[in-house]
Amino acid sequence: MRRERDRPWIMRTYAGHSTAQASNALYRSNLSRGQTGLSVAFDLPTQTGYDGDDPLARGEVGKVGVPVAHLGDMRALFEGIPLDKMNTSMTINATAAWLLSLYVALAEERGVDPRVLRGTTQNDIIKEYLSRGTYAFPPAASMRLTTDLITYTVAQVPKWNPINVCSYHLQEAGATPAQELAYALVTAIGVLDAVKATGRVKDEDFATVVGRISFFVNAGIRFVEEMCKLRAFVELWDRITRERYGVTDPKLRRFRYGVQVNSLGLTEQQPENNIIRIVLEMLAVTLSKDARARAVQLPAWNEALGLPRPWDQQWSLRAQQILAFESDLLEHEDLFNGSPVVEARTRELIEEAWAEVEDVLEHGGAIEAVESGYIKQKLVESNAARIARIEAGEQIVVGVNKYEKGAPCPLTENLDDAILTVDPAVAEAQKKALDAWRSARDEGAVREALDRLREVARTSDSLMDASIAAAHAGVTTGEWAGALRDVFGEYRAPTGVAGATLHSPSSGAAAETVAELRERVAALAERMGRRPKLLVGKPGLDGHSNGAEQIAIKARDVGFDVVYEGIRVTPEHIVASALEEGAHLVGLSILSGSHLELVPSVVEQMRAAGLGDVPIIVGGIIPDADAAKLRSLGVARVYTPKDFALNAIMSDLVSLVSDTHAA
Amino acid sequence: MPPEGARDGAPSGGAPGSAAPAGGVDALADAVLQGDKRAVARALNLVEDRRPSARDDVAALLERLAASDTDGGHRVGMTGPPGVGKSSLCAALGRTLREAGRSVGVVAIDPSSVRSGGSLLGDRARMSFDPGDEGFFVRSLATGGQAGGLSYAANSAARVLGAAFDVVLIETTGVGQSETDVMHLADTVALVIQPGSGDALQFLKAGIMEIPDVLIVNKADQVALARRAVSDLRGALRAAKSAGLVDAGAAWEVPIVPTSAETGRGLDSLAHQLALHHAYLLAAPGGVRARRLRGDVEWTLSLFAHTYGAHGVSTLGGRANLRLEVRQSLEAGETALRLVDTLGQRYLDALRTA
Ligand code: B12
Ligand SMILES: Nc1nc2c(ncn2[C@@H]2O[C@H](COP(=O)(O)OP(=O)(O)OP(=O)(O)O)[C@@H](O)[C@H]2O)c(=O)[nH]1
Ligand SMILES: [Mg+2]
Repeated sequence: MRRERDRPWIMRTYAGHSTAQASNALYRSNLSRGQTGLSVAFDLPTQTGYDGDDPLARGEVGKVGVPVAHLGDMRALFEGIPLDKMNTSMTINATAAWLLSLYVALAEERGVDPRVLRGTTQNDIIKEYLSRGTYAFPPAASMRLTTDLITYTVAQVPKWNPINVCSYHLQEAGATPAQELAYALVTAIGVLDAVKATGRVKDEDFATVVGRISFFVNAGIRFVEEMCKLRAFVELWDRITRERYGVTDPKLRRFRYGVQVNSLGLTEQQPENNIIRIVLEMLAVTLSKDARARAVQLPAWNEALGLPRPWDQQWSLRAQQILAFESDLLEHEDLFNGSPVVEARTRELIEEAWAEVEDVLEHGGAIEAVESGYIKQKLVESNAARIARIEAGEQIVVGVNKYEKGAPCPLTENLDDAILTVDPAVAEAQKKALDAWRSARDEGAVREALDRLREVARTSDSLMDASIAAAHAGVTTGEWAGALRDVFGEYRAPTGVAGATLHSPSSGAAAETVAELRERVAALAERMGRRPKLLVGKPGLDGHSNGAEQIAIKARDVGFDVVYEGIRVTPEHIVASALEEGAHLVGLSILSGSHLELVPSVVEQMRAAGLGDVPIIVGGIIPDADAAKLRSLGVARVYTPKDFALNAIMSDLVSLVSDTHAA
Repeated sequence: MPPEGARDGAPSGGAPGSAAPAGGVDALADAVLQGDKRAVARALNLVEDRRPSARDDVAALLERLAASDTDGGHRVGMTGPPGVGKSSLCAALGRTLREAGRSVGVVAIDPSSVRSGGSLLGDRARMSFDPGDEGFFVRSLATGGQAGGLSYAANSAARVLGAAFDVVLIETTGVGQSETDVMHLADTVALVIQPGSGDALQFLKAGIMEIPDVLIVNKADQVALARRAVSDLRGALRAAKSAGLVDAGAAWEVPIVPTSAETGRGLDSLAHQLALHHAYLLAAPGGVRARRLRGDVEWTLSLFAHTYGAHGVSTLGGRANLRLEVRQSLEAGETALRLVDTLGQRYLDALRTA
């Protein structure tokens, strides 16, 4: 007996690069291949509120996403795509209110009523401070922009999902399942409380706002537990919406979520194995009908190598299509209801997560826990524990610490072509286009719009109307964010490393290695007269901090004095710090692909500052050919994800300092 | 393979790994006095160097700096419980002072890990600065072995920075011994607290904490809370006075300054109060040097005790006698490091003859 099939989830591919025109072509071809919604990836300057010609945008324009600097770019991005029919998801946060303003302005221009627009703005700033790194303003000001967007769409664009509360990025920064649950839920509570505090939503309408909140979650390789985590989410959200916000309509209490499955566990070694991991992880969010995702996007098999090509993404999309359309999954009711095993694990997660939720709320809530660095430190610690388990072989990763040997993979025969590369000429083109845009617009109107923006920013009124007006006036992304930076100031989030404790093993081989490393460092300190000092720098707009954090706390653990200033510093800043601090070693961490622009700049400036004798090492997503280039410029060592053994890296660093400064 | 810079010998003076300054200590000192950042960095590398072979150079450097510099900068200790905003405030105050044309050096001290001896020097991350600015300089130091106290090199580092820049801010770890240590190092001690935390208040009342020269209520962007904290502190100061914990007749009235490193509120007034206290010290009999002498005596004693231990102290007549002797020698123009060496020699001789 066969029941009617359920409707499948929305299948998305996260995409965008180079220019609005190039991304538009990509979207149109994806749509023609059966993709059912758009998921826009913006480049880092757009995400952090800079124009492509800003010095801070160096090396980043069009790299990891599409640059959208003004209404003209928005027009080009959606050329030939009907806005009233499209479901558009935008991964945008600090500048979400601005990108939505551009989208609304475009709709207005085309005569499309904003009320019919459908889609999602990620708009979750909390996890930006904790993991993702594309914040622009201090937490309170950012939260205000978040609520401005929410109250605007609830009233004016009712089908829009104004916020996607993200637990995805927390897991990518090391969160355990319970931590992922807890910190996403305190974020949602923080946002809803803030919306309430605006006083713009009538009490009787508040349930509607609650109903508009959706989530963006992660699913890792322990897919049974991950499925339980999703069931825990469903139950906890029901509890919170009922008890804290008094929502009576069960439909408005439903936990609506989209997914991107885990990428942190995808490996550089034997990358073909990743497709299997991806499929298993997809099961976690699809198997249980009662906790099934509404939208799924999958990473690609070559995740740890670099940006995916269209074919790589298509392979992952096929995995979804096969599960949804070939298998019988969608013919069944929930498979796990009543399973004592699933039920028990779900209960445990609920209890553990709820205790943490209460703890954070007692200590002032999400913003407070961001500012104090409390959550960030927890994540850094969890990630350190995860990495230590892999290094010690306690957590098996096939192809990494077990079954490392195998036949060569034909997919990576030509490694340099196995990823997407963005033409560096894109940056120049974007600069020219910006000049052209600026010279064609009415400067008076722009100035007026920006003044108005600053003026409203100083009040507690919503910034949406002023932003939409600015979009029509031709204001650029950098100008919009710049005006708000004038009023709100800037912010640097806690790094979480200073207080993070590393639970290094007290016995066994790993413990011996650490003890030995400490002895070597102590001996080196004696020979040099002071402890070796490592400066860990993250140049550019890249927000991938995991690697830098783990290197920093590990280096301290073996006896280095370590200076780490957090993400998003300029090469100039790094060189000044190296000089002032008397660093013996400068380590740069770059994962966003801008290493060929930024590393040479640091190398040159170090020499100019008389620090040519301080070795520079680089870590991150660095293709082999680029690594060779960097070495030829004088970089002493290059590390990539396959160098997962931190002890081995540390041993290297000690030798390097010893050879350079104490030979 | 030694890299190029080291091979031709150019910047090896105090280069990260080496002690002996190329071009000699005198040239280095002169460049420091000019406020040359590279020289300052090298001089700091040198004073951090704990090898016996560096000792002479360090002593010579500090001597030369002391001899050629008129006032050695205004040394301000920034102390207070963890997380109150000391680093943020150093950066914000730094900007204010820079705008007023004053150059600023910062020594930021963080604890070392007991297990590994390493450290994560986190203060710098909170100090946004303009990398092109020749008049702002931050060096982070780890406490090293000294649990809770200032770093071994903090004292010398403050001297180097003081010779190069107008104002030296010394950020302590805010716990344990560091509070007392900074009293011996700074001309002006500023205690930073944040609204809504009663600790400092309790300590002041109970006389556990020595009274600082300036009290700062940071995070005063939380306006109502800050207002309360200021009035509470005022009460505590009065109580301390009537309990005889403060010299009621002292000419210096401890100001309470609300600030916000975030909005910039109160920074001008903080800069002003610090300058007033400096002027007050300069005008006092003996000037700043009188106050510094006390600190230098303690520094000398602790350096000696650190190197030669309790046995060294008792062999040379015990702490009280030694303090008296140190004071006299310093007054006579001897410098701390040389004095420690002289005393150390005497101790070693005593051991040999015993
Ligand atoms: C985790 C992750 C994230 C997390 C980051 C969380 C965080 N706070 O770090 C989140 C989800 C936030 C994220 C977001 C994005 N990501 Co991401 N992310 C990854 C992922 C999956 C793993 C990186 C990681 O943390 N690994 C674990 C750490 C420990 O390893 P590691 O950094 O490589 O460090 C090791 C070595 O490289 C080396 N090392 C690194 N640094 C240093 C420094 C020194 C001194 C030394 C000695 C050694 C060293 O030692 C470490 C030990 O093993 C990679 C793909 C992959 N599997 O590698 C993509 C990846 C880096 N991300 C990518 C992209 C595009 C993004 C986004 C820009 C997407 C977008 N358009 O919005 C965003 C924005 C991020 C931003 N602000 O910059 C791309 C970059 C593409 C490129 N280089 O061309 C990658 C490669 C994925 C892909 N294939 O597309 N990401
Ligand atoms: N609201 C507000 N927050 C501030 C202010 N000053 C600092 N903070 C925040 O307080 C936290 C701690 O600031 P730090 O400058 O690191 O404090 P600290 O005293 O140097 O901390 P430790 O060196 O760890 O003892 C950070 O989150 C700052 O952003 C302020 O004036 N107002
Ligand atoms: Mg600090």
